[in-house]
Amino acid sequence: MYEVIGVAIAIVIAGVIAGLFLKGIDRKLAAFMQSRIGPPIAQPLYDILKLMQKQTIIPATSVRWLFTGAPLIALTSSILLLLYISLSYVCYIIGLQSPVQGDLIVILYLILLQSIAIISGAFASGSPYASIGAQREMVILMSTELPIAVVVVSIAWHVADSMYNPFALQSLFEYTLWHHAGAFGVLGGILLFLTMILVLPAEMSKVPFDQAEAETEIAEGMMVEYSGKLLAFLLLSDAFKALSFSALIVILFFPYTFTSLFGLSFSIGGYSIIPLVEIIFFLGKVIFIYSIGVTVIRVIMARLKISQVAKVFLFAVSAISIIGMVLIMLDPKMKMI
Amino acid sequence: MKSDITYPLNIGPVHPAFKEPIKFTFRIEGEKVVGADIDFGYTHRAIERIAQERNFIQIIYLLERVCGICSFSHPMAYCLAIEDVAGIDVPPRARYIRTIVGELERLHSHLLWTGVAAHEIGFDTLFMYTWNIREKVLDCLEELTGNRINYAMLTIGGVRRDITAENAQTIHKMLEYYEELYSRTSEILLDDLTLRARTEGVGILTAEQAERLCAVGPTARGSGLMKDVRVDYPVNAYYEMPWLKPISPRDIGKEPIGDVYDRMAVRVLEIQQAIKIIQFCMENLPEGDINSGSGSVKMINTLKKLEGEGIGRYEAPRGEVCHYVILDNQEHPVQIKVKAPTYSNGFAWAPMLTNIEIADIPIVIASIDPCVACADRMTYVQTDGSSTTISWEELHAKSIQKYKGARKRCMK
Repeated sequence: MYEVIGVAIAIVIAGVIAGLFLKGIDRKLAAFMQSRIGPPIAQPLYDILKLMQKQTIIPATSVRWLFTGAPLIALTSSILLLLYISLSYVCYIIGLQSPVQGDLIVILYLILLQSIAIISGAFASGSPYASIGAQREMVILMSTELPIAVVVVSIAWHVADSMYNPFALQSLFEYTLWHHAGAFGVLGGILLFLTMILVLPAEMSKVPFDQAEAETEIAEGMMVEYSGKLLAFLLLSDAFKALSFSALIVILFFPYTFTSLFGLSFSIGGYSIIPLVEIIFFLGKVIFIYSIGVTVIRVIMARLKISQVAKVFLFAVSAISIIGMVLIMLDPKMKMI
Repeated sequence: MKSDITYPLNIGPVHPAFKEPIKFTFRIEGEKVVGADIDFGYTHRAIERIAQERNFIQIIYLLERVCGICSFSHPMAYCLAIEDVAGIDVPPRARYIRTIVGELERLHSHLLWTGVAAHEIGFDTLFMYTWNIREKVLDCLEELTGNRINYAMLTIGGVRRDITAENAQTIHKMLEYYEELYSRTSEILLDDLTLRARTEGVGILTAEQAERLCAVGPTARGSGLMKDVRVDYPVNAYYEMPWLKPISPRDIGKEPIGDVYDRMAVRVLEIQQAIKIIQFCMENLPEGDINSGSGSVKMINTLKKLEGEGIGRYEAPRGEVCHYVILDNQEHPVQIKVKAPTYSNGFAWAPMLTNIEIADIPIVIASIDPCVACADRMTYVQTDGSSTTISWEELHAKSIQKYKGARKRCMK
């Protein structure tokens, strides 16, 4: 049990660094694509360190307890989210018995909780810009909920025919989507993956779905009144969420370990360093997913209007995810098992 | 579901969407704009008043500072106004050089606008791309005039610097660069899906509204008005270009409806037109003097013996700029009036800003390419600190009174 607590603390500390560096890589990569030099990769970390020392201003018109409490709830829920997603995986690769299996439904709620905390903080700030941002974030939240739920249910459906627990993340490591699926299943899996890639920028509030922050329209929207430590908490929470959501996509679709793929083993001085290799490999996959889902999409598109976003998610993306679900249901090979 | 609740939303005086201070107050219903109010006057710099303290030559360089981007167009209109009063003939080579610098300015202004518009709708890659390729024309201008902006190229009766063979080569290289890039750039700007989704059918200004509200430049042409000072009242080398036609979205086979997309299309096509005009001027550049030959002191001495009024009109990248001067035997004009393009186009905001969403506000405001500092022409201060509203009639009467005074003195 003590080992697991140790692992959890290590994950949170590593998560701060990894999440912030993920953001840094995103900015550097976007700069490269836009033929700029861009900030150093550690820039988000420097931002946090600086914000921690700055004065925190609380607007007179705000609801004080909610305004200051919301970033803390957001940070806590995103840390929980990261633990929920990665603890079972890390325990799996270092060979520990994990106390949590990683319940997909709880993960969905934790994703929602972080957004709702930020929304309530924005409403409590008393700024009209923040209110508009919060309203828009709610619209995005509601319209992306259906595609995410469909993806999770379809994958659970796929797992349900095996002997594993359908909503546990751990079953996904044992029973991957692609290995046990026929042609229909693979096609459905690709559509579900596409859905998640489209939902990722919306969850991360990035162009073309960054209406809630839209700098030129509502001047950073929900974050407009936050400063100092509270802003640092929000940015940290955002970094955790970026890491967790990309990790979720990796686990849902590409849970393969380095050793299972290449069958190699590493050791230094008799000690096996496979867990380290695995974690680096996993982070590599996370960076890859975040780069294609957020960085590439945000450099090639303009910001949409909120009415257009609702249409995109409620019709196009939902349709893609439902077709994916139907294809997985129809998969003949799965039925045989 | 329809709600009756509206709330106010202030955009400005300082806001990330604007490059200059201007205040808009909107009434918002959900995400829809139901009312708009515009408040100018945060950046009045009293340039017309300062001009009354400078001599005729100094004013040229003062007027370059009216607007950072139209830093050729304003002094150009002023020089045309003074040349109109004094009846000075500009040598042909100077007229061609003026045209070349003016079109180079149009090229960089339109590229700048494209970048700003892309940034307003969150398309930062396009913003970086257009500002990156804009560097080439700025480098060219720097080599030609010594400065990236505020060129100090003009003088009354001509220009101050000649285009050497070396400069000509730079210009040719620059034109080749833009010709190569043009098809790719215009494809991004006119065909990109998200860009079209954000600009088509947004901020509509119909041809009737444009005509009634006296819109000028690309704003008017985007609504389908065939209105271009370069064609209608040609100056400089534009006389010798009978092929020059006002650009309209019809040139890409689209019937103009006056939305943001049409205004963008006009600007993109004008980039191509500017390249063509510079090419024509470089091919037909006549030999000869580049100014009237009299130095600044001699010019001031000539002008201070004159009285009368003159007007200069020039097509700035943003539309018609018009300068009016009154001379009265003094070392400076007794009155100078600057009419910047935004002064005319500002009224076109009213129809554009109805029936749009909050998300459209920045791009619709940016679509006329506003230059707020150019348009801020008066400030009214009450000594006791209270606020007041001046009616149109009152303002009109005050303006007439002011100009009558200046004109009476010189028209006696």
